[in-house]
Amino acid sequence: MFAHDFVRNAYLAGTFIALACGVTGWFVVLRGQLFAGDALTHVAFVGAIAAAVLGFDERVGLFALTVLVAGGMAVLGRRGQADDAVIGTVFAWILGIGVFLLAVLATSASGGTGISAANTLFGSIYALTPGGSRLAAAIGLAVSLSVLVALRPLLLATLDAELAVVRGVPARALAVAFLVVLAAVTAESTQAVGALLLLGLLAAPAGAAHRLTARPYWGLVLSALIAVAAMWGGLALSYQIASLPPSSAIIGLAGAAYAIAAVATAARARA
Amino acid sequence: MTPSLSPDPISDLNALFTFPFMVNALMAGTIVAVLAAVVGWYMVLRRQSFAGHTLSVMAFPGAAGAALIGLPTALGYYLACGSAALVMRGARGSLRRGRGTETATIATVQTVGLAAGFLFLSLNSAVLGGTETLLFGTFLGVSRGQVLTLLLVALAALALIAVAARPLLLETIDPEAARARGLPVAALDTGFLLLLAAAVAATSQITGALLVFALLVAPAAAAQQVTMRPLPGLVLSVVFALAIVWLGLGIAYFSIYPVGFYVTSIAFAVYLVARVSRAMAERRRV
Repeated sequence: MFAHDFVRNAYLAGTFIALACGVTGWFVVLRGQLFAGDALTHVAFVGAIAAAVLGFDERVGLFALTVLVAGGMAVLGRRGQADDAVIGTVFAWILGIGVFLLAVLATSASGGTGISAANTLFGSIYALTPGGSRLAAAIGLAVSLSVLVALRPLLLATLDAELAVVRGVPARALAVAFLVVLAAVTAESTQAVGALLLLGLLAAPAGAAHRLTARPYWGLVLSALIAVAAMWGGLALSYQIASLPPSSAIIGLAGAAYAIAAVATAARARA
Repeated sequence: MTPSLSPDPISDLNALFTFPFMVNALMAGTIVAVLAAVVGWYMVLRRQSFAGHTLSVMAFPGAAGAALIGLPTALGYYLACGSAALVMRGARGSLRRGRGTETATIATVQTVGLAAGFLFLSLNSAVLGGTETLLFGTFLGVSRGQVLTLLLVALAALALIAVAARPLLLETIDPEAARARGLPVAALDTGFLLLLAAAVAATSQITGALLVFALLVAPAAAAQQVTMRPLPGLVLSVVFALAIVWLGLGIAYFSIYPVGFYVTSIAFAVYLVARVSRAMAERRRV
């Protein structure tokens, strides 16, 4: 199956997207920010539609809007409590704008909105171009590396913010930077697994890793491994079974890994 | 063919009630608004918005799966939302590691459900326009039968809440005290999630899976900005939700753009106004 270009492109981009999701996802779960991640993935969808309406490249809209909203949430979250009601209200509204833009797109007679919307929502990893997949791989690698570079301060700031400040770690700046990195991951992965399914790639491998081990470095490695394995397995499965969309297969495997981890740890706790 | 506004507001109002589809939409919207506002008030207080969002998304695989195997769509909604609620509750039971892991469970349930919905759609080779309706809703084509079902579900759910209102409130605010008083805390918790699932399944048939939140969170969050007293808060939440739905439907009738856009925008505006006015009131007090 690697004789086909589109499969090679998908594996190249998918591997690094999964790596980035596994690594950042582990921190997202640790910081309890999955709901924010959920909101960002929906924002990514609206960004892509907005770019289509305005005639930009889809990736520009994805990156610009997700990074913007992530910055806004980070700033708002600091003063007051940006509790989950705020996130929920804001992102319901952003989705409403997405619906509006979809309707604008439909009436602007360019056609094909259904397909482009479905691609943004559910991804189309087999449709990546060689250039696109190389770019995706580069961004995935850059994101993973930047998290690894900031690993120790980020870990400290997450686990004990006050101690981090005492030690001179800029915890607030790190929090903002982390949300922006998360936004970049979101925008990048939306092209592969889609805005609606990407949350699974952030949450499931990381959640499984957190259940299996409390040790940070093992957890990070485990999370990345599970994410990449789900990506590879899902791509292979959907290549063999024509009616199985790749995104569904990838998320299905990641979810299965989480379920196994949950059952295994529950059984261990009972024993 | 879009109806246009005339200079006479009374005739515009009459125009709203001319067509049966519009009357059905207004009735369904009213029922759904009351139900979502009441259940949402508890949800926001319990900080279960993420779980609520996950349940609302379950409507999508529910509808797609029901279409695939030929069940009635509404049944698919309730089955999918209900089973997702039970899975989330079950996973929480075996939990010892705090909030991060709990949200990981919720997020995993959500995306696996969505992935399954996507699979069902592609197996069914359904038209893609259907996806948009499932996700973003439509108020056209709400039938009399649907309105009746909604009414029954809403009455049952509201009756349950009315019976358990005080224990549920205590369990929400102070689970320890509730347990000390001998209240069935676990049963209340499970019961509320199932109730939330039913409310969400009912609402998403009108608003679509992705926009339930506008009715579930925004009115309740706005009401809790204004008052933390339970009864006035619940009433205010219902009033907000009704205003959002009626205004949204009314504007959408005269517009070519989808109702979801108006409903979410008005909801957001209501929340903003509530927040700003509270901030101003606090400043005056200082």
